[in-house]
Amino acid sequence: MSMHETKSWPAGQGTMLPASMESWNHKHILDLDDFSREEIDLVFEIADGMVEILARDVKKVPTLRGKTIATMFFEPSTRTRASFELAAKYLGADTVSLDAAKSSVAKGESLIDSLRTLQALQVDTIIIRHPCSGAPYLAAKHLETKIINAGDGCHAHPSQGLLDIYTMRKQLGDLSGRKLVIIGDIMHSRVARSNLWGTRNFDIKVILCAPPALIPYGLKQWTENCGLHHVSIEHDLDTAIEGADIVMPLRLQKERQQSGLISSMREYIRLYQVNDARLSRAKPGAIIMHPGPMNEGIEINHDVAYGKRSLIEQQVTNGVAIRMALLYLIAGGKIR
Amino acid sequence: MSEKILLNSSDIERVLVRIAHEIVEHNKGARNIAFVGIKTRGVPLAQRLAKIIQTMEQVDIPVGSLDITLYRDDVSSLSFKHVVQQTNVPFDITNKHVILVDDVFYTGRSIRAALDALIDLGRPETIQLAVLIDRGHRELPIRADFVGKNIPTARNEEIKVYVSEVDAVDKVAVMRQEGGKNEHA
Amino acid sequence: MKKNALLIKNARIIDPANDIDMIGSILIKDGIIQQTGGSITDSAPQIIDATGLVACPGFIDLHCHLREPGFEEKETVASGAAAASRGGFTTICCMPNTNPPLDNAATIDYVNTLAARESGRVTILTVGCITKNREGREITDMSELAGAGCVGFSDDGSPVSSSRIMVLAMLKAASLGLPIIDHCEDLELSHGGQMNDGWVAARLGLKGIPAAAEESIIARDIVLAEMTGAGLHITHVSTGGAVKLIREAKSKGLKITADVTPHHLTLTDERIASNPVKPEESPAFDTLAKVNPPLRSAADVEALIQGINDGTINAIATDHAPHTDEEKLCEFELAASGISGFETAFGVLMTLVHAGKINLNTLIARMTIGPSRVLINRFGRTGTLAAASPADIALLDVNRQWIVDKNNLLSKGKNTPFDGYTLKGTVVATIHRGEIVYRNSSPGIAQ
Repeated sequence: MSMHETKSWPAGQGTMLPASMESWNHKHILDLDDFSREEIDLVFEIADGMVEILARDVKKVPTLRGKTIATMFFEPSTRTRASFELAAKYLGADTVSLDAAKSSVAKGESLIDSLRTLQALQVDTIIIRHPCSGAPYLAAKHLETKIINAGDGCHAHPSQGLLDIYTMRKQLGDLSGRKLVIIGDIMHSRVARSNLWGTRNFDIKVILCAPPALIPYGLKQWTENCGLHHVSIEHDLDTAIEGADIVMPLRLQKERQQSGLISSMREYIRLYQVNDARLSRAKPGAIIMHPGPMNEGIEINHDVAYGKRSLIEQQVTNGVAIRMALLYLIAGGKIR
Repeated sequence: MSEKILLNSSDIERVLVRIAHEIVEHNKGARNIAFVGIKTRGVPLAQRLAKIIQTMEQVDIPVGSLDITLYRDDVSSLSFKHVVQQTNVPFDITNKHVILVDDVFYTGRSIRAALDALIDLGRPETIQLAVLIDRGHRELPIRADFVGKNIPTARNEEIKVYVSEVDAVDKVAVMRQEGGKNEHA
Repeated sequence: MKKNALLIKNARIIDPANDIDMIGSILIKDGIIQQTGGSITDSAPQIIDATGLVACPGFIDLHCHLREPGFEEKETVASGAAAASRGGFTTICCMPNTNPPLDNAATIDYVNTLAARESGRVTILTVGCITKNREGREITDMSELAGAGCVGFSDDGSPVSSSRIMVLAMLKAASLGLPIIDHCEDLELSHGGQMNDGWVAARLGLKGIPAAAEESIIARDIVLAEMTGAGLHITHVSTGGAVKLIREAKSKGLKITADVTPHHLTLTDERIASNPVKPEESPAFDTLAKVNPPLRSAADVEALIQGINDGTINAIATDHAPHTDEEKLCEFELAASGISGFETAFGVLMTLVHAGKINLNTLIARMTIGPSRVLINRFGRTGTLAAASPADIALLDVNRQWIVDKNNLLSKGKNTPFDGYTLKGTVVATIHRGEIVYRNSSPGIAQ
């Protein structure tokens, strides 16, 4: 190894001094609707530091030693939970995981009681996933403990939104003028909603593409009322994907067919599956992202999912770095 | 707040040359040594030391940078205001004589954190500490192997090192301010 | 029972039933109004100097839930009666969705017994079920329920989804001369819905209840009422489209009446996302603003106010729906729907008067003679200050400010979205059958 590593510094960072944390003002992480561009940039900068730790043989730093982080998942999830727990462990925190779907709820314990129990156990941070929109807000309102929303109903999934944008930035650099197409079950997607909030300060265009029955009735008015002027709706995928830089199909739950929101899987695949032919309409360097877990052969075909444009695995790796950054920012200090 | 210049650009250059010589003398040459600078201003100092020794000894000397934020002992405290930055040590430190470089040596807590950070990266033969300024007030039993200049200070004074790579100017200044600031230097 | 005579003097008397708005006195003897007018010279042992206050007929609520029997943890007839008195109500109609429901004479008799204990402070009337166990399958023995004294029929909380059953119920109700009071909701369209289907629902990721879920059943009911000749009362109207349908039906001369709640007249679905007195909690997912039918858009609110002003909406009814704290302190989707409404109704509605959207006389009309006429005057001559009427009177201070504190409510249900709001306008005293049954502890009434 040559010693002339010198040119990587300060070139990489210019003469930038460490960014200030003064803009950071979140006790909880509930959604991206209250994140400024500066705060998102801060998360990304810290995540860059975490990526280096993830590349080490010994992936462990003592930053959150003595802190206890609980994951409380009221909904089955493997990847998000594993991602948060690894993030916590890599930072040296102790983790406890409550499989809430099985334990207290079955006994008829209310959410607020379960949460108060965790608080009484002196847990520092609770990471909560819940099938009901807004459940983490109930926790944040009534508890002193810090809360991270790991997905609530159809409402928000802030860490996913951040890791998605982080992945886009790492791959594409500046996102100005880029075009992101989110395809599928927008109605029920917390990932889509958090991406809408998260991208609003990036000068990026977002096109939501879905059958009319899978777009919430009030979506257009929401985007108008809340300054999400970068968002538009297009029902035809071939039109939507034209010139796209980022293509993000969403998981289509099989229940959507049972409830009649789509007439058949065959029709959905014909109209909305992201495959090579459709992708050829996107920009030549377009990237593919998916929040997982995928339904291969439904919203995305195998070749696209595992093709060279796919960043789906990078999303998973970046997810750990983003969650480490969030835990560092949240679990570290007593911000009050 | 009054600022008084303690070292100017050529003073710093002279001090670094002297430290470089001491390092080579102490290690009986420059073989198998590596520099790791503590972010932010330890890094350019490490690079300058490496360059001086490289010219003297005609050997390549690896230089890395270390961000110690994640190893600090004040992360949980009310006042933490540190953005995590990237550590970049692109060589194996195992069995090397690693010279840790920082600008100001104060309580010793940063160095404690840096030692932990370094040891997570491998098992060096030795770790030695080089600092541009030692201002005293140690809170931990840590000492420096190579010191550019000892400057006895009061707690309410602040030593500020400027390096051209970061601050566009080379100088060391002492600043006196109102009340004591618990600086984690 | 002989009661002392009572004289209210120097009041601004507003009696829309008789087109009266004047400064004057009301003389009450034996629980009956003797005289209302500007020049009463008689004296009485008990005199209220109501200078600066409004005296109007006691409010009549066509729609409330007293929860007894079956849900006494939410409210009892006694606690509900106390809350109603404080709200200025002298006649209230309780809905039959108790447990067991009021689908038979015995249960109505039971509630009537409880009501009789409260008859010293408020007249409590019952509404009987349309169908057995409120299941929408088989109509109740409606003549028996009418015999037990019910004022109308409703499966409130649930609609009658089957049009055939609704036709049968309307035919029967028409023959008894009592109205069908329908909670209009297409359960398929509203299925799983948590709030108004609009932009706030899209933002919060909560499933919406479209306006069409209400309007489609109202349209059906109007057609069926025309077919059967039944009296139809549409309760808790919430959408602009519904107001339009009712207006059109009335213009055809159909026997259709309607009520709207104070909260639907003053709040929108945005209240679920944000609370003006707690701006830091945003989005709030505020379960206190969860109600069925849901709070709608600002355009709907404007249309409802228009309906109040042009007479399309006959009455304002509270839909007082008390719940326990536990039923609201939970996930939004699991939270009970409903608002505890008696004690805030007048103050909340006065915001519309102070904002110049409704005039005071119209407001009082919709809370007195309006609902009284829906009840076809069969259940006592209410809603009027005419001589020989029962002396049910509310004394109001339309300018006094107060701050709602849910913990001070007399109702067991503390579930009000108006907690912490500053309201201008309060009930100073309530007189029921000539007795002062509620008196605001603040100064203002001289003996």
